[in-house]
Amino acid sequence: MSTNRFLLKGATLADASSADVLIVDGRIDSVSNQISDAAATIIELKGSVILPGLVDLHTHLRQPGREDAESVLSGSRAGAKGGFTALSAMANTSPVADNAGVVEQVYRLGQEAGLLDVFPIGAVTQGLKGETLSEIGAMADSIAQVRTFSDDGNCVSDPLVMRRALEYIKKFDGVIAQHAQEPRLTVGAQMNEGEISSILGLKGWPAIAEEAIIARDVLLVDHVKSRLHICHVTTAGGVEIIRWAKARGINVTAEVTPHHLLLTDDLAKSYDPVFKVNPPLRAQSDVMALREGLAEGVIDIVATDHAPHTMETKECEWQEASFGMLGLETALSIVQKTMVDTGLMSWSQVADRMSTAPARIGRYLNQGQNLAVGSAANLMVVDPSRVWTVDRDLMASKSRNTPFHGFELPGVITHTFFNGLPSFMDGVLLESGGKS
Amino acid sequence: MSVALSAPDISRALTRISHEILEANQKSDQITLLGIPTRGAHLALRVAAIMSQIAGHEIAVGMLDITMHRDDLRLRPPRAIMPTSIPTQGVEGRDVILIDDVLFSGRTIRAALDALGEIGRPHTVQLAALVDRGHRELPIRADFVGKNLPTSPTQSVKLHLTEIDGVDEVLIEGN
Amino acid sequence: MRHLLSISDLSKIEAISILDTATELARVTDGAVKKLPTLRGRTIVNLFAEDSTRTRISFEAAAKRLSADVINFSAKGSSLSKGESLKDTALTLQAMGADAVVIRHGASGAPQRLATSQWMLGSVINAGDGTHEHPSQALLDAFTIRKHCGKGAPDLLGIRVAIVGDILHSRVARSNVLLLTLLGASVTLIAPPTLLPVGVENWPVTISYDFDSIIPTVDVVMMLRVQQERMSDLFFPNAREYSRYFGLTLERLRLMNPNAIVMHPGPMNRGLEIAAEVADSARSVIVEQVANGVTVRMAILYVLLAGHSLEVGSK
Repeated sequence: MSTNRFLLKGATLADASSADVLIVDGRIDSVSNQISDAAATIIELKGSVILPGLVDLHTHLRQPGREDAESVLSGSRAGAKGGFTALSAMANTSPVADNAGVVEQVYRLGQEAGLLDVFPIGAVTQGLKGETLSEIGAMADSIAQVRTFSDDGNCVSDPLVMRRALEYIKKFDGVIAQHAQEPRLTVGAQMNEGEISSILGLKGWPAIAEEAIIARDVLLVDHVKSRLHICHVTTAGGVEIIRWAKARGINVTAEVTPHHLLLTDDLAKSYDPVFKVNPPLRAQSDVMALREGLAEGVIDIVATDHAPHTMETKECEWQEASFGMLGLETALSIVQKTMVDTGLMSWSQVADRMSTAPARIGRYLNQGQNLAVGSAANLMVVDPSRVWTVDRDLMASKSRNTPFHGFELPGVITHTFFNGLPSFMDGVLLESGGKS
Repeated sequence: MSVALSAPDISRALTRISHEILEANQKSDQITLLGIPTRGAHLALRVAAIMSQIAGHEIAVGMLDITMHRDDLRLRPPRAIMPTSIPTQGVEGRDVILIDDVLFSGRTIRAALDALGEIGRPHTVQLAALVDRGHRELPIRADFVGKNLPTSPTQSVKLHLTEIDGVDEVLIEGN
Repeated sequence: MRHLLSISDLSKIEAISILDTATELARVTDGAVKKLPTLRGRTIVNLFAEDSTRTRISFEAAAKRLSADVINFSAKGSSLSKGESLKDTALTLQAMGADAVVIRHGASGAPQRLATSQWMLGSVINAGDGTHEHPSQALLDAFTIRKHCGKGAPDLLGIRVAIVGDILHSRVARSNVLLLTLLGASVTLIAPPTLLPVGVENWPVTISYDFDSIIPTVDVVMMLRVQQERMSDLFFPNAREYSRYFGLTLERLRLMNPNAIVMHPGPMNRGLEIAAEVADSARSVIVEQVANGVTVRMAILYVLLAGHSLEVGSK
């Protein structure tokens, strides 16, 4: 049995055609009907779909600083299990990834884990404080080759700081990924502001606080002709502003999280902080607008905002609890449930929104190649006809804060190949590249 | 299920109890009847009416809820609290006749004595029951009994009254 | 019924049965009887993570009149002020064998967390959580209203109530809106627009910014406490302007119906939301609210604890 030749037989590709895929020495060797190769390990995949390896543009890996919640290794495991071949490690670690030292450390940890690519995101401002620019050039020129910069968790709210950042990154072909949250309108905010927050007595996080920043920043990026990415859009109004901006030719991209495609703010009635996330779960009308925007391409990508938290920061009062939810291991199933099974999107659109487009935004050259012959063999296999039940105690992540515990979801991921070697196969993580 | 007492039986029994209470308590203006809700309270009103006719003056009558003093609260779903109304004369120094429908374990009467003790110190406390079915679990006996009904502990004895149930009868269920 | 977390958990029948129970208890306790043996052997913990002397004392008096053992566990000087988590506190209370926990907490939903978390088995009674609810206060308010304005009916059908002041931050207002409308009363909220929550338009109430036009039309004027610190949060310019529009002054008292009553959950800011003369006037039932509080809380403890079926067979 070969460890460098794999023949995937009988699956459907994202474009709905049927073809066999031969992987040789880490690359896609050929994609066509009825390939035979006596030397290859043959994997029968009748009924399954092969997609390019998923690329997450928004992941919290918590290392350095909070290795009790997640590490680069445990997050890589969760990613491989979820069909990802690339993650983007957000900068809000401790210390903050606002210099070359931290991003290179995270990058190397990703290489050591070897389950997928870990691309560090650099902070826009020093210490995420929103005041002075971080060492953007040093991070861009480091071995991590950072192209995406974000203060995620905090909004770059000062318009002058945002303008300077947008201008400065042009030298590096960078992009600012903005966490759109007007801070003064969201002091102490706990959940979506609306009827349910009024009844529960939890401080409201109004949609306008997101939309105001999106509106400001699309105008700014148009003015300075740079590149802007909006993290986790959650509101119908936000979708509308981005639609308007794109129609004007403004260079903006946007992401939506799987949880915002499915869950709504009435879950807060349980006061269970597993449903506490920032930006918060919104109303059903927002969910429908987000789905529509994603199908249309107004929202370019799905990004998980995978945010692991230890038990004690969730087993407490709502207002004391941390914001955030796990996402990597459930992302594709949620997208299938909300977008594919509803007829809103095809699998080839899923491949675009979860692989090609995020790789393009992040400038991840070996990712999102959509099974092109000769490209790095980063792909994953899902059986869309099978269902599974989410069990928080069976997560590869170190944390347990999935809002989907107990949900029955469609789409069982059976294989993930990273650079031509299986990282996840039939329920088992293969950390030494298929040799374990 | 069988009828142990018919409407005329109940009427005769209450009349007899009324006479007996008056015979045992010569100072009829010192008597206060206190029925134990729900059916005991209605029996008390009937007995008071009969006694008032015999004595030629109003007999004081009220009701005493014993729910808060029960010793079996934890064993059952919560019960609604029933009204308590003590006649204006109060209970201090008076001859109080407690009136209950069916005397069984005696625990209701123990609770009634506790409840009464919280209100005042009567001269005497006596007990009248329409039916005594036996199986006492406490050293309590009735002074006035309408009818002794030998039963087995598994049977249940039910009193129906026209005021609540539309008919006067005592039923025995089970065996 | 095992817990009292929110008025929204109560049916109309359950709410009325608590009020009726309180009515009977009031009759018993108005006389010589100060103590009933009903909850003898039960342990009730007053867990007050936020200071509130009056509510704690009221629950304590209610529990003691029913002969329960009461343990007070207050913020100051307890492990709560040393950063102990709600979970660890709950596990401690469970280990101590608490039959019920009366909880006052600064975080909305903390009582519900306690009740649904499996950390402890006893009943949980919400004695005010954050800006969410204060159900026992609403029950005593409804009890007081029924006593004064009721026309013999068990509910509050046709009674008109104005709730005036800081609705946004008021747990008393939230519980009262739910309970009074459940019982058939019609409720008008009167507040500066800054102190009404977004979403209030979906509540089963009428909204007004004009106190003077509403005053003559209601049977009950319920004033809410205004926190002084709201001024620095830009909710209104200053105390004088607040009083001018939303304070219950002597002039406004004269506009009231002849039989209408004035209520306030306390503690009052005399001179801010209510004039001292109004608070002390014959229309005011504010002191009676306090007395009714003990009776209604006795009824709540009785309904939740007296017939606890969980204990059956456990011995």
